[in-house]
Amino acid sequence: MTEEEIYERLNEVFRDVFDDDSIEVDDLTTADDIDDWDSLEHINLIAAVEDEFGIKFKMGEVSTMKDVGEMVEIIMSRI
Amino acid sequence: MKELEYPFDSAFIMKKRKSIKRTLLSDGTKRLKKKIAVLGGSTTNDIVSIMELFLLDAGIEPEFYQSEYAQYWQDAMFPSEELAGFAPDIVFIHTTNRNITEFPQMTDSPEAVNAMLDKEFDRYKQMWQALSSRFSCPIIQNNFEMPLFRLMGNKDCSDYRGRENFINRLNTRFYEYSANNGSFYINDINYISASYGLKEWSNPLFWNMYKYALCFEAIPEFAFNTANIIKSVFGKNKKALALDLDNTLWGGVVGDDGVEHIQIGQETGVAQSYYEFQNYIKAHKDLGILLTVCSKNDEENALAGLKHPEGVLKPEDFIIIKANWENKDRNIAETANELSILPESIVFVDDNPAEREIVKAQLAGVKAPVMDGVENYIQTLDRSGFFEVTTFSEDDLKRNEMYKANVQRASNLASFENYSDYLLSLEMNAVIDDFIPMYIQRITQLSNKSNQFNVTTKRYTPAEMEAVFASSDYIRLYGKLTDKFGDNGVVSVVIGKKDGTVLNMDLWLMSCRVLKRDMEFAMLDTLVQKCREQGIETIKGYYYPTAKNNMVRELYKTFGFDKISEDENGNTVWQMTVADYENKNHVITVHPNSEQ
Repeated sequence: MTEEEIYERLNEVFRDVFDDDSIEVDDLTTADDIDDWDSLEHINLIAAVEDEFGIKFKMGEVSTMKDVGEMVEIIMSRI
Repeated sequence: MKELEYPFDSAFIMKKRKSIKRTLLSDGTKRLKKKIAVLGGSTTNDIVSIMELFLLDAGIEPEFYQSEYAQYWQDAMFPSEELAGFAPDIVFIHTTNRNITEFPQMTDSPEAVNAMLDKEFDRYKQMWQALSSRFSCPIIQNNFEMPLFRLMGNKDCSDYRGRENFINRLNTRFYEYSANNGSFYINDINYISASYGLKEWSNPLFWNMYKYALCFEAIPEFAFNTANIIKSVFGKNKKALALDLDNTLWGGVVGDDGVEHIQIGQETGVAQSYYEFQNYIKAHKDLGILLTVCSKNDEENALAGLKHPEGVLKPEDFIIIKANWENKDRNIAETANELSILPESIVFVDDNPAEREIVKAQLAGVKAPVMDGVENYIQTLDRSGFFEVTTFSEDDLKRNEMYKANVQRASNLASFENYSDYLLSLEMNAVIDDFIPMYIQRITQLSNKSNQFNVTTKRYTPAEMEAVFASSDYIRLYGKLTDKFGDNGVVSVVIGKKDGTVLNMDLWLMSCRVLKRDMEFAMLDTLVQKCREQGIETIKGYYYPTAKNNMVRELYKTFGFDKISEDENGNTVWQMTVADYENKNHVITVHPNSEQ
């Protein structure tokens, strides 16, 4: 899977989870950029991303991921 | 909604919850509004948002109160203003083994562990008692799931110092409380977590990262299981099964293969699977679930299949057998009509996806679970929670016989010219009098299940019914009807609240299984008699229309009441002066409590 494809699929996951079709994520997107992305929704997002790519994040990763770019790096290293 | 029916795709529900909620809320269904207080010992946000979906799907629109994080005990003992003002219809206490304050140590004596157990149990008991005296509403309490680790290995379950042993003992205390206290229901997370897989369920990541006491992916299973109790408490259970025959109750097609070649019994593994399924279905009779057949077959072949010597279910186990070549939705609609229940109270069990789709499309609200592979049948039906038991009365045990007697009565009717003659021939005897403790459970159950012959559709929780029973402000009547075909049990409930010399009718309901028997007139006669004894001069009746109670729109008119008002929604108010009343029942012999 190319990085581009990962972003494409990730974007769909974000749109589903936050129920907002206008979302466009890039490597610098953070929780501050998306209104509903709070700590409670974070767990929902993580679960949906794991489900989409068939991977599991490690505990440390979940709390230290700074932006979508880091998330994509982790995804790329697992698939 | 299909996506919310068992077996569901949990990840899909979690991800799409917002759009699912939007779809449910915009489907035009009229829902029962209920307030649910969730007192959590761990995070509850996602649990609540998923439970909401299952409840909306079951016809209940919940409003939630959630404790601040892990404040369940404080909230129960010293409710915040917000909780006090919320006035819940039901309280759900979401605690898990993460909330057990103290576990035995290897150095503890048996006495010390007993004391620890008492202390832990008392903490919960205090909370339940405080909640029920403050809110008088049903309480749902989780039991405890098994611990993730076993310090002593296998001995952890049998040694008094084992955590597993301690949890089991604590659970047993919970069950004893539940057995002795109505309106208190255990949410069996011990079973659900085991079935899900304890290893995954208790993954500590979710506790340590998010303070969830179960893994994220298990939330839908958990929420569904909890929602089933709430559905049942508020009268949303199903009442009947409509069962296909070929490849549903036995393997093969009886019309093609011949009765000697269908798979049922002990001969093969497949035959045994169908045998187990028939056993499972038959056991539903004792729960009060009505069994019917809906099969595309010649009746002769259907009966031959049901008479198979190796089968468990026999023709006489079914109240109605529809074996013909009509469309199944028509047969189910007729079955509903003959049983005087609503089509949406029926669960249609058929291995054929096309039949299921047609029935679901034609009859809104009928559930038709995916029956795929006989080895999965029991599990699918069992987990769907259609018949979740929260109250169980003597009547449930007898329900199938009573309905069957009804069908006999109908055939008897054909031989009478005059309807009154027919009614007299039934030799009906009724007990109509004030409530007695023995029937409170059944009375409460009726108030939550009756939709059609019900003028106000007022629902009562067991606690509310107890309060009515204990108060002298009400005139209460229950009616129990027996006839030559059998005992119909408690079939009618009437509650009026006294206001000086006026009696305002809060509830007038009757089970549809005794329609057109003049039972409502017998109830009215006794009501008027009680009014006279207690100085009531006027009775006021209220009719509130729903999608289902059109049959009683003019009930008070047939009683001889005058309509005094009607609003734009069709709500009507009726009135009658007690002094002018003459008894209307001439076919039922009525007895007081003392004569039964």
